[in-house]
Amino acid sequence: MATETYILDVARIRADFPILQREIRPGVRLIYLDSTATAQKPLAVIEAMDRYYRWSNANIHRGVHTLGEEATALYEAARQRVARFIRARKAREIVFTRNTTEAINLVAYAWGRSQLRTGDLIVLTEMEHHSNLVPWQILAAEKNIRLEFVPVTEAGYLDLETYEHLLDQSPRLVAFTHMSNVLGTINPVREMAEKAHRAGALVLVDGAQSVPHLRVDVQALGVDFLAFSAHKMLGPTGIGALYAREDLLEQMPPFLGGGDMIKKVMLRTFTPNDIPYKFEAGTPAIAEAVGLEAAVAYLEEVGMEAIEAHERGLIAYALERLATVPGLKIYGPVADHRGGVVSFSMEGVHPHDVAQLLDREGIAVRAGHHCAMPLHEKLGLTATTRASFYLYNTYEEVDRLVEALHKVRAIFE
Amino acid sequence: MDDLYRELIIERYKMPHHRGVLEPHDISYEDENPLCGDHIRVDLRVAEDGTITEAAFSGHGCAISQAAADLLMESILGKHLDEVKALGRQDILELLGFEELGPVRIKCALLPLKVLKAGVYGLGHHEFETLGEEL
Ligand SMILES: Cc1ncc(COP(=O)(O)O)c(C=O)c1O
Repeated sequence: MATETYILDVARIRADFPILQREIRPGVRLIYLDSTATAQKPLAVIEAMDRYYRWSNANIHRGVHTLGEEATALYEAARQRVARFIRARKAREIVFTRNTTEAINLVAYAWGRSQLRTGDLIVLTEMEHHSNLVPWQILAAEKNIRLEFVPVTEAGYLDLETYEHLLDQSPRLVAFTHMSNVLGTINPVREMAEKAHRAGALVLVDGAQSVPHLRVDVQALGVDFLAFSAHKMLGPTGIGALYAREDLLEQMPPFLGGGDMIKKVMLRTFTPNDIPYKFEAGTPAIAEAVGLEAAVAYLEEVGMEAIEAHERGLIAYALERLATVPGLKIYGPVADHRGGVVSFSMEGVHPHDVAQLLDREGIAVRAGHHCAMPLHEKLGLTATTRASFYLYNTYEEVDRLVEALHKVRAIFE
Repeated sequence: MDDLYRELIIERYKMPHHRGVLEPHDISYEDENPLCGDHIRVDLRVAEDGTITEAAFSGHGCAISQAAADLLMESILGKHLDEVKALGRQDILELLGFEELGPVRIKCALLPLKVLKAGVYGLGHHEFETLGEEL
């Protein structure tokens, strides 16, 4: 049994998440190890959204009535909180989107279409989530742009030597994930960004997995674009954000057209609004922004450094314990270079079956390609089973996972 | 729920009776479940009168899809192609001995039948998709 000591007051944190009290079957308490897919929500978030709908609900940026003012103030306060959280210089560098995927598509559409020309190069990596591949594939087909990929090594790291060679070809953009959602690998963003800039490229970082789990400082890291989703950082679904340097946003044409993104509309033409509103057409996810602000406040109160340390402890323990399960192959780097994510396969047992059998024990893990089919292809797999940790997970839950995997083994032996 | 991994399923998964490829064959079709990447191929040998004389499946997938494939191959031996066309979701559930399956796992269970029917109908990909909806 785990005897590790906690950096966080996990018992207190767990009490903030109502869903963690749920029994999946009578007597079988939920063990949620799928936060990489989406995180659970603390009461503070649920209540902030509830309060908003009960007390302040109105459309924003239009009504001069009390509710309209309140809703607008709440929405903009969320933008400011998010900007501070990732250390953006200004709130106007934050564009609210639906999620990470939409944020990346926004850059591909607005920046890519206006700034790139035939033959230009974009450098991606083999460990990208589909959301950081497909938008570029679409753009590449449309504008005749070249895509090159930084390979993933056997050990689960980016091959930085090849990266430097690719930079010699003067790419216009380098786009990569901060943390792999499959291998857990934490990529050296600062170093990679510095090299990219020296080669004259802009840097887009997929922060879907890093912003929820690590202290992310866009200025210190030197990223030009950062995309992330609220739902993976204790917030609601339906809202995410794009951080982009102010001058880049100014340069970019609008993304979607409609209300809110304009200053003035004539029958045949329009003048776009200022940034960031230029990129937020139509009524946005207002209650969700309120929820996101509550989520960020919660994370800040617990402390990103403490969360990161807690997850490091859990993953190190998990890697050690999982190694005791016969026939289990674990993918990705050593604990020091990864976040709280571990993907594995059990010899002779399909990942779906592993996940289903774990569900019998109340353990929620994910099975599949985790929206990273090219990476799985590289690993020679069609699917893996993935367990991931967040601030509310415990060492006991790791023990339960390991016990349950022993049981799966026994069923198939 | 525990039922899902009964002996029958595990046995058929580990030691299928009808696994393999038939060369030559009269009908062969393969496809995958895009959700999980499971891949199934079905080969049939068919007599003049449309009776299935041999059936085999290959590919990879979870215990549910593999057991379903194996039991399905067994059940269609000696049957007429027209009878195969009439097979549906309920038949697969019965073969596996399940009353119902959740929306995710039902796709695993039905994949072999989808592939089999697409082969029997001689359909291209488009029609195959619609066929899946009807199941
Ligand atoms: C690394 C990474 N990028 C992007 C995404 C896409 O996030 P969303 O579905 O919220 O747009 C995910 C989510 O699974 C992810 O893990």
